[in-house]
Amino acid sequence: MGMTITEKILAYHANLPKVEPGDLVECRVDMLFANDITAPLAIQQFQRIGVDRVFDPDRVAFVLDHYSPAKDIASAEQCRITREFVRKHGLAHFYDVGRAGIAHVLLAEEGFVAPGEVFVGADSHTCNHGALGAFATGVGSSDLAAAMATGRLWFRVPPTLHFVFRGTLPRWVTGKDLVLRIIGDIGVDGARYAAMEFAGPVLQQLSMDERFSITNMAVEAGAKNGIMEPDEAVLDWVRPRARRPFQPVYGDPDASYAAVYEYDVTDMQPVVSAPPSPANVLPVAEVSGVRVDQCFIGTCTNGRIEDLRQAAQVLAGRRIHPNVRLLVIPASPHVYRQALEEGLIQVFLDAGGAVSTPTCGPCIGGHMGVLAEGEVCVSTSSRNFIGRMGHRGSKTYLSNAAVAAAAAVAGKLVHPDEVVREPTRV
Amino acid sequence: MAIRGRAHKVGDHVDTDLIIAGRYLVTTEPAELAEHLFEDLDPGLRQRIRPGDVVVAGENFGQGSSREHAPLALVGAGVAAVVAASYARIFYRNAFNNGLLLLECPEASRAVQDGDELEIDPHTGEIRNLTRGEVYRARPIPPFMQELTRLGGIIPYVRRRLGLEAC
Repeated sequence: MGMTITEKILAYHANLPKVEPGDLVECRVDMLFANDITAPLAIQQFQRIGVDRVFDPDRVAFVLDHYSPAKDIASAEQCRITREFVRKHGLAHFYDVGRAGIAHVLLAEEGFVAPGEVFVGADSHTCNHGALGAFATGVGSSDLAAAMATGRLWFRVPPTLHFVFRGTLPRWVTGKDLVLRIIGDIGVDGARYAAMEFAGPVLQQLSMDERFSITNMAVEAGAKNGIMEPDEAVLDWVRPRARRPFQPVYGDPDASYAAVYEYDVTDMQPVVSAPPSPANVLPVAEVSGVRVDQCFIGTCTNGRIEDLRQAAQVLAGRRIHPNVRLLVIPASPHVYRQALEEGLIQVFLDAGGAVSTPTCGPCIGGHMGVLAEGEVCVSTSSRNFIGRMGHRGSKTYLSNAAVAAAAAVAGKLVHPDEVVREPTRV
Repeated sequence: MAIRGRAHKVGDHVDTDLIIAGRYLVTTEPAELAEHLFEDLDPGLRQRIRPGDVVVAGENFGQGSSREHAPLALVGAGVAAVVAASYARIFYRNAFNNGLLLLECPEASRAVQDGDELEIDPHTGEIRNLTRGEVYRARPIPPFMQELTRLGGIIPYVRRRLGLEAC
């Protein structure tokens, strides 16, 4: 019996010829990172271990992306702890205000993750990087500290669930809609402790940005990692960026899957996750008319250039509804610059939107767009838990960028077709 | 050492935001985090939890964020153990890494009522419901996790592996 891509990567990094689901293995880690929330605790734990240096300064990155630019004194202190550690240890891969983007977007862009690698981050959405054919998983700060000290971390080999997409994608149906559909079907624990492997011809119809938003949300189904085998599009994307030589890994033809789910996407509609669970997935038409106070386009799930293009396509030549605030947050300086060059930022400003420097802030109810009691937000983020974006009495609907932009124009949830009758060139 | 405390029941899929909301992640101090434990789930719950008490949850406890502040907030409030039908994986790792005992026991998750007096043997996984005169058996903790717990979490484990600490 052969191995899946996830099993093969873990076996290789554990120096084992073969692994099986359930095995406990200790793996080499190719790259790791922490953010401004998780780094201070990781640094504290690293100091408790009592080693003098990180295992390899070239394989550790710190990204200040959650509460940065600092929103208050306490968050400024968190950033300071991280900066001081970085300077003390002479760590080169440090991303501070102005150069920082949302880690999962920035670190991929910067070529820190490549096919076949093991990538660990102290942030649950680290599974994002599986779109590149890497084993990528989120851990806590203590695990990150252990990996920082030793370059190794233990894992239980997960069983793999196989999701196959066939058919032709309808207009406005994006990678985000596909992953929400799956989470709606299998639930927030449907892939608990498992690997979610995404496959099928539809992947080739998706941009890299859309593929990232699929693997990004694997954790929302409880998965350990989301992964896609690296096709030519992935290799073309990675080659000019990768900082290290890499070897793509593919599953064996006789690999064994714990379950296989097949989807024909041809008749799909754009969907939303209604609060308070990412698994409350409904076609947007079924919640059409829900009044909206704020629309947020950004985050590690959907703050990439493709998302901003989709939003701009809806917003071009239109004004947002007078009762709605629109926040647009490009996920990285690179995305921001590209959006500027393509004229997208102009579209957002002309529509009446606010555009911010990259930050995770609104997604965690941290800063930049915290919701008041009773307010409703349509967000391109990944979580709509109670109190996630602010007051426990606020509500968040998760959607793709076009649906969020359409809601900003209409002042209520609508199918993007109701706002844009014909595609608009930006 | 046996754990003896009152049960505080919470439901299925209690996420890390409900354990400790994102707005409070500007500190790593367990005592400060504990002040806001379960705030968005049930604002009165924190006040009812006494040191030594046990949280009894449904399925998938700890889903969501990787924030280690979640187990730290529970530790800071003096919660001695969590009994749940099942756990989200990052939370599971984080709890053991911080010395918070987690027991997986769907039967206890169903049978225990809020306020029941529980006695737990961390070694055998036996959960005695003193209020109802019932006994539930948790799924045995995997040997590797037992070893981690015995050593005091991932940090002493790594210290030992690196030869910085004797056995």
